[in-house]
Amino acid sequence: MANKRVDEATNTETVGHEWDGIEELNTPLPRWWLWTFYASIVFSIGYVIAYPALPGIHGATQGVLGWSSRGQLDKDLKAQQEERSKIVADLAITPIEKLPGKPALMNAAKAGGAAAFKVNCVQCHGAGAAGSDGYPNLNDDDWLWGGDLKAIQQTLIHGIRQPGDDQTRMSQMPAFGRDGLLTPAQIQDVTSYVLTLSGKEQKSAASQRGAAIFEANCAVCHGPDGKGDRQFGAPNLADAIWLYAGNREAVAAQINNPRHGVMPAWGNRLDPVTIKMLTAYVHSLGGGEDFAEPAGAAQTETQSEAEATAAE
Amino acid sequence: MNKPEPIKTEDQPLSLYAKREPVFNRRIDGKFRRLKWGIMAICLAIYWITPWIRWDRGPYAPNQAVLVDLAHRRFYMFSIEIWPQEFYFVAGLLIMAGIGLFLVTSAVGRAWCGYACPQTVWTDLFQHVDRFFDGDRNARFRLYKAPWGPSKIARRLAKWTVYLLISFATGGAWIFYFADAPTLHHAFWSGTAAPVAYATVFVLTMTTFVLGGFMREQVCIYMCPWPRIQTAMLDEKSLIVTYKDWRGEPRGSVKKAEKNPGKFGDCIDCNQCVAVCPTGIDIREGPQIGCITCALCIDACDRVMAETGRPRGLIDYATLEDAEREKAGQPPTRHLKLIWRPRTILYFAVWSSIGLAMLFLLGTRVHTDLTVAKDRNPPYILMSDGSIRNAYTLRLRNMEGRPRQMDIGIEGIPGAVMWSEDMGRDQASRSLTRTVPADETQSVRVYVVAPADNTEQEFTFTLQAEGDARESDEAEVRFDTPEG
Repeated sequence: MANKRVDEATNTETVGHEWDGIEELNTPLPRWWLWTFYASIVFSIGYVIAYPALPGIHGATQGVLGWSSRGQLDKDLKAQQEERSKIVADLAITPIEKLPGKPALMNAAKAGGAAAFKVNCVQCHGAGAAGSDGYPNLNDDDWLWGGDLKAIQQTLIHGIRQPGDDQTRMSQMPAFGRDGLLTPAQIQDVTSYVLTLSGKEQKSAASQRGAAIFEANCAVCHGPDGKGDRQFGAPNLADAIWLYAGNREAVAAQINNPRHGVMPAWGNRLDPVTIKMLTAYVHSLGGGEDFAEPAGAAQTETQSEAEATAAE
Repeated sequence: MNKPEPIKTEDQPLSLYAKREPVFNRRIDGKFRRLKWGIMAICLAIYWITPWIRWDRGPYAPNQAVLVDLAHRRFYMFSIEIWPQEFYFVAGLLIMAGIGLFLVTSAVGRAWCGYACPQTVWTDLFQHVDRFFDGDRNARFRLYKAPWGPSKIARRLAKWTVYLLISFATGGAWIFYFADAPTLHHAFWSGTAAPVAYATVFVLTMTTFVLGGFMREQVCIYMCPWPRIQTAMLDEKSLIVTYKDWRGEPRGSVKKAEKNPGKFGDCIDCNQCVAVCPTGIDIREGPQIGCITCALCIDACDRVMAETGRPRGLIDYATLEDAEREKAGQPPTRHLKLIWRPRTILYFAVWSSIGLAMLFLLGTRVHTDLTVAKDRNPPYILMSDGSIRNAYTLRLRNMEGRPRQMDIGIEGIPGAVMWSEDMGRDQASRSLTRTVPADETQSVRVYVVAPADNTEQEFTFTLQAEGDARESDEAEVRFDTPEG
């Protein structure tokens, strides 16, 4: 180390090496810096022992703390469930008709329903619940089987035309053409009449003839003025909404050989709380109806109130 | 530091690591020391007192003057309340702080480092604790060299206890900026505060204890990036602490100078400038990374110059440019004149225009806001009577500390009416009224229904808040129809 000298420009001592005129300044690190480096090595040893770290052929070392990313996820999911358990318990004991009286619970149910809808219902009704040909739009104010919370819940639990469910929504329109109940000409006439109900066609001789046929064959379910009947799930023919398109061909085809949609009974696939959530969500889409107030309603109200009190 | 040490002999092995040379800075009094005292007192007072200042904001908002309410995502600073989407105000403040530092640095060098940096303030505080327990420079040096005995252990323990108390007070005060100070203070001592509060206090106590008590100038020299940045920002026109070597060199004691008049410079090589330096450097080696420009060496040298009957300012604030001029025998420029130059004026202009722009924004900001999100799936719904319905989610923002009634209206679409989720279509009209809770955003889902003969078009939601200002907002949105 004979070449040590003080560098003039930096006023710093050199370490004394020299390679082709290149020298190195002696600027030592502080000693404590070295100790922090050693400390981090010690920490890493502890870390390797405590957590999964060293890769092997079939997997990494387990670590003595037993931590795993799956375990962490499981814990987080459990914590989530724990958080929701109160809402779930509340929903379980709250009858659906009591839900509007509990806005916070209603909102939670709607949020849960939105998630369940995405999993179970979008396949037919679409992501926006707008339906499609043959699948009802759930956003509008037209309901085949009723649009209050109870009716929606009933439809969800038992489905529509679900084989093997006694309480399923059941209705069947006769195949007037296929079974020879009406002649093709009569079908054309009644089609004309049906289309006048919603103003899609002007009154004509055909529709005049069709009116009589409607009176005799259709009014029993669809009503004398064609406004439908929810008891039979008979669609309102006088409004702007059509399950299977509202043009001449589609209406005639339906009279000739009707199509009947099927909705599964969700009561044996989903738990009651999820069904309540879905009910609340579907009801909230903009077409939900308030409970009608028939004569017996007051009594049912007090009864379910008593139930709710008992449950609490 | 880059101090030239005697060249080691060959048998001394070269080490890559160096032990820290402890600093025992001597007590000094002077105008810069008094300035340092003043700034230290102001900084500490601001830090410790601020969270306890109360500020009445009415019943719906916290009454703490400065509060970073992370849980509710609000930042309160006296009469200003910032919501997360207004974070640009905080960004603006940070930019102002940055440019403010550029301004100060280009004008008076590392003044931030020397006076106001927390590391400097707390190091200074801890060095006073040293002086209180162990005496001044020489006594502390003797104690440092002395073997460990009962007396040394007792002194050290007492000193470190005080270090810890100061550190605890420092770390403890931090959390009060994030919650109601009196409540948190009570909760903290009754053991019911959030674990994160205790963890924060512990971590900050330990960092203060270690960084202020033991690391000190090494934080500035090895850890802090700011000295490097500042070194790059200094130019030949920046005022920095300068040893006027043309006046001081060659150094010689008073006696020597008396014997050989004219042979020696003004520096009597008394080493007082080194003795008082809180980072232990020798300013006579020129500007260096270890110099935080606290100017205590100016105080020390001025005192010595006065005692030896020489003019003050052998070590003084000077620019490199001025130093050259002075060396050539010209009179120095006045400091005030040095500070005002294009670079500093530009910084000041940028700094103050950002500040003014923020003040303008603060003064003119509206506390009412409407945003509308349209349902896109489905884009429209055909109703049974043939009318067309579109759904919108309206967010009404009330940024005032009181509940306010807000009127929502529709402009456009002849014949259209609206109703909200929580009411029936039979109550639909062209306006809705909602009361938005204090300091909250309320979400309202609104259905707009228009007669069948409407086509796709734009229309406007209007929002009008009650109150003297009659603040309002509007949002233009689309109405979709089947034909569109």
